[in-house]
Amino acid sequence: MKKIEVIGISSKYEDLRVLEDISLYTDERELVSILGPSGCGKSTLFNIISGLIKPETGRVLIEDREYTGKPGRVSYMHQKDLLFPWRTIRDNVCIPLVIRGEGIEKARASVDKYFPVFGLEGFQDKYPSQLSGGMRQRAALLRTYMFKSDIMLLDEPFGGLDAITRRKMQEWLLQVIERLGSTILFITHDIDEAIFLSDRIYIFTERPASVSRVFTVDIERPRGSKTFTSDRFNRLKESILELL
Amino acid sequence: MLKPRLGAGLWMNRLVNAWSNREIGLQLVAGLILIALWEAGVRLGNVPDFILPAPSQVVVSLVKSFPVIAGHTRITLYEAMVGFVIAVVLSFVLAFVMDGVPVIKKALYPILVISQTIPIITVAPLFVIWFGYGLLPKVIVVTLVCFFPMVVSFMGGLQSVDKDMYDLLKSMGASRMQIFRLLKLPGALPSLFSGMKISAAYSIMGAVIGEWLGARAGLGEFMRRSMHSFAVDKTFAAIIVITVLSLGVFEIIKLLEGWFMPWAKYAARQEE
Ligand SMILES: Nc1ncnc2c1ncn2[C@@H]1O[C@H](COP(=O)(O)OP(=O)(O)OP(=O)(O)O)[C@@H](O)[C@H]1O
Ligand SMILES: [Mg+2]
Repeated sequence: MKKIEVIGISSKYEDLRVLEDISLYTDERELVSILGPSGCGKSTLFNIISGLIKPETGRVLIEDREYTGKPGRVSYMHQKDLLFPWRTIRDNVCIPLVIRGEGIEKARASVDKYFPVFGLEGFQDKYPSQLSGGMRQRAALLRTYMFKSDIMLLDEPFGGLDAITRRKMQEWLLQVIERLGSTILFITHDIDEAIFLSDRIYIFTERPASVSRVFTVDIERPRGSKTFTSDRFNRLKESILELL
Repeated sequence: MLKPRLGAGLWMNRLVNAWSNREIGLQLVAGLILIALWEAGVRLGNVPDFILPAPSQVVVSLVKSFPVIAGHTRITLYEAMVGFVIAVVLSFVLAFVMDGVPVIKKALYPILVISQTIPIITVAPLFVIWFGYGLLPKVIVVTLVCFFPMVVSFMGGLQSVDKDMYDLLKSMGASRMQIFRLLKLPGALPSLFSGMKISAAYSIMGAVIGEWLGARAGLGEFMRRSMHSFAVDKTFAAIIVITVLSLGVFEIIKLLEGWFMPWAKYAARQEE
C-alpha cells in the first residue's frame, strides 16, 4: 500500500496550464522531494493533494482511499509560516486540536511535551513576532505535526532561512522524523537539501509541470555533515544539475 | 543668582527635549502660541466679552460654573454611552450578517453608503417631533452618528482575511464557525477598534447635537442657553469640556484595544 498516490493529475488556472499529467507516490516512512523551477506548479500540486482545490483530471489516493478534493486528511505546511499573530506560539500549535473539538486547556496541556523536540522550549508564551525566522518555521512545523503526524506536506519549509540556520534545520528535521516516523512530501528549490533529506527525488519541468525524472537517493542513514562531501552525493548532484 | 539661572536652564532643557520629541513638542508649542495670541488679541483689541472672551476668562468661567457644567456633562455622557453601546452591538451584528450572507451585503451596503450623504443635522429635528425632549432622540442621533464608521470598518476587517491562513484552516477541516472564531474575528480586531475609536469620539458630538435641537439638560442645552444670554465664556467652557470628553473616550477605547490585543505591541515593534 502506498501512503500517498497521485495519479495523472492535470490542473489549470483559467487558461494557464499548470500541471500536466503528474503521477507520483510515497511509501510509508519515506521522505520524497519535489524539485522544480519557480512557478512550475509545485504548490498547486500540494493544494490538490491536501484537497484544497480539485484537479481537472486525475486522482489523489491516500492509503488507497479516494481523497481527491477532500481536505482534512494530510497536514500541509505552507510556504509561509502562517502563524496567527494574535495567538501565542503555544496557542498557534493548539489550533489543529481546537479544530478537532478539544478544549483549549486540554489542548495546551497535550502540546507542551513537543516543545523540547522542536527546539521551542521556553517560547510557548511568546507571540510569533517575537521569534526568529527559524523558530517560526519550527513552530509552523510543530503545528503541522499536531494536525496529522503520519503524512505531512512541507512546502519549502526552510525557504526564508540563511544557509547556516537552514543546514541546522535540515539535520534537525532528519532527527525528528526518525523519531516520529512520518511520511513526508517535501518541496524545495535547493538541490543539496533535496539530496540530503530524501529517499527519492522527483524533478519537475517548467510550467506546465510534468515529472521529468525520478532519482533514488541511495545514501545510507543516518546522514550528517559528511554526507554533503560524499562521492554518491556529488555524483547525484551532477546528474540532477545536468538535467535542469 | 544661581537658582533662577538653573531654573531657566531646566526650562530650556525641557523645551529642547520637547522639541526633539517632535510630535508632542511641536503640537504643544503651536497650541501655546495660538492661545497666547488669542489672549493678547482680545486684550489689546478690547474685544467685548460677549463676542470673544480671552482664554483666561474662559478658564475662570469653567472653574466658577463647574458644578453646573458637571451636572450637564453627566447627562451628555450618559446619552453618548447608551447610543454608542447600541451602535456597537448593531454594527457588529450587521457586519457579521453582511459578511456571512453576501446577498444581504449587496442589498444593504449601497443603502448604508447613500444614507451617509444625509446630514444628521437635517433629520435630527424630526426625532424631537417624534420622540420629544427626553433621552430617546439623543440616543438615536448618537447611534446614527456612530453606527456607520463602525459597520464599515468591522466589515472591512472581516472581509480582509488572509487567504492563505483561511486555506490553512480549511486544510485542517475547520468549520465556518471555527474559521470565524479562530481567524476572522481576531483578524478583524484592529479595524474593529479603529472604527470604535472614531465612533467613540463622535458619540459626544452626537449627543451634543441632539441636545442642541431640544433638551432639558446636557452640555448642548447648556451651550444654547449660555449663547442666548450672551455668556460666550460659558459656551467656550462647554467646548473645552466636550473636547476633553471626546479625547477621553477615544483614549479609553485605546486602552481597551491594548488590553484586547496584547500581541499588537510586539507586531508593531517588528514592523519598525
Ligand atoms: N490562485 C491562482 N490563480 C491564478 N494563477 C495562479 C494561482 N496560484 C498560482 N498560479 C499560477 O500557477 C503557477 C504555479 O504556481 P505555484 O504556486 O504552484 O508554483 P510553485 O512551483 O509553487 O512556485 P514557487 O517555487 O515559486 O513557490 C504560477 O505560474 C502562478 O502564476
Ligand atoms: Mg510554491
